[in-house]
Amino acid sequence: MGIPFEGNNLSLFWHGFVQTVLLSGASALLALVLGTLLAACRVSPVPVLRAFGTGWVGVFRNTPLTLLFFAVTFGLPRVDVHLSAFVCAMLALGCYTGSFVCEVLRAGINTVPIGQAEAARSLGMTFGQTLTLVVLPQAGRAVLGPLSSVFIALPRNSAIAGAFNVAELYSVQQTLSEQGYAIFAIFFWIALAYLCISATVGLLFRGLERRLAVGA
Amino acid sequence: MTETTTERPATPLVVLSGVNKSFGAHHVLQDIDLTVHQGEVVVLIGPSGSGKSTLCRTVNRLETIDSGSITVAGSPLPAEGRELARLRAEVGMVFQSFNLFAHKTVLENVVLGQVKVRRTARAEAETKARSLLERVGMAAHADKYPAQLSGGQQQRVAIARALAMDPKVLLFDEPTSALDPEMITEVLDVMRALAAEGMTMVVVTHEMGFARSAANRVLFLADGRIVEENTPEEFFTNPRSERAKDFLSKILHH
Ligand SMILES: Nc1ncnc2c1ncn2[C@@H]1O[C@H](COP(=O)(O)OP(=O)(O)OP(=O)(O)O)[C@@H](O)[C@H]1O
Ligand SMILES: [Mg+2]
Repeated sequence: MGIPFEGNNLSLFWHGFVQTVLLSGASALLALVLGTLLAACRVSPVPVLRAFGTGWVGVFRNTPLTLLFFAVTFGLPRVDVHLSAFVCAMLALGCYTGSFVCEVLRAGINTVPIGQAEAARSLGMTFGQTLTLVVLPQAGRAVLGPLSSVFIALPRNSAIAGAFNVAELYSVQQTLSEQGYAIFAIFFWIALAYLCISATVGLLFRGLERRLAVGA
Repeated sequence: MTETTTERPATPLVVLSGVNKSFGAHHVLQDIDLTVHQGEVVVLIGPSGSGKSTLCRTVNRLETIDSGSITVAGSPLPAEGRELARLRAEVGMVFQSFNLFAHKTVLENVVLGQVKVRRTARAEAETKARSLLERVGMAAHADKYPAQLSGGQQQRVAIARALAMDPKVLLFDEPTSALDPEMITEVLDVMRALAAEGMTMVVVTHEMGFARSAANRVLFLADGRIVEENTPEEFFTNPRSERAKDFLSKILHH
């Protein structure tokens, strides 16, 4: 069972772990920015933006993630866009997760009383200011729970990147089983590593919830 | 009556002419003509559903109109966008349900518009916010969140928030209807003080005491029309129209 502590397995493990954390972190950031922009589009008074938001979410939320990885990894080079495997994985994961973030935020926006936006507009705030200063901060708070589920799922979803040439945590499994280690033992350690990442994300959100609850 | 009107410099500040508004087939505002002069306090009164809120909200274009025109300080209301945002900063609004920003402290509520809309420096905005809170008797609560305040306290903060923009006119939509009786007075006192200082105000309210002591004119709305326009004293003691008589007998008897 002590696989990680044999030979240079530890550094292999560590490298995979770091790659998974980096990939998840970068994708989470992209998803958050993209999801917020998409949510803004979906509630905006401009019909073209609303249609764009709806279309984006429709496509990316309903396409299997593996298919998105395929599209980015093999589709982009065809139109002469050459990106590293890591960036491809980040794009696929970020765009996919962003559509979920958008829908969660939109549900949150609907919980904010209409009077909040009316008060902001009455003060002379523009649509963008009303959204970013008044509506979204309250919407975000209201949906921290569902949002944490989306971001806890992200590191697990990132395992697909292992099949697309990113040397992340899950791909360590392949290397080790080629070396002849018992498959169950390998999976035990890898699962434990994913658990650590997810638990950390969960804790971060719980901390955030506690800190923001003061202002409610 | 004529004395008070001639004393007043008659600068028209808010002018509605031939305003019509429908929600679907429901004709909510019908040919409304109304001029509010600088420094004037106009009270809108009328049965539920008569269009008081809608009329109030058309003035800062929270409700759009179907026909007619509205001008504020001489310029017609622009279409949605930056121009309209700029104009809204000049027209303060106080809501029945307060609508303080729930995630901001009392002080932040009064600072936000100044900093983000007026681009006032933060320190200056805070000083002004504190003095406005002092004025409405809420200085001691500057660091609390809206949920920690009573309705009357929230409404006074909402008035301070509106005043922070130095509006040309203040709109009040039933500012005391959601309050317990003992809190109504504290809000009305603030509003009376504003009226006495010459603030231009359009107030939807059924508070007769306020109308009598602070209003220059009372407009009685029914079914989307201005049915009667009168001085407060005349309106409450000697209404001309049947609709107003009927309405007053109902609110006086409960
Ligand atoms: N957004 C809306 N959509 C459809 N109908 C509306 C809308 N807002 C108001 N109405 C209708 O317009 C009419 C006038 O409403 P308004 O709120 O202006 O009345 P009010 O005089 O303020 O009444 P209250 O004293 O109950 O506040 C009512 O019949 C109302 O049902
Ligand atoms: Mg109303």
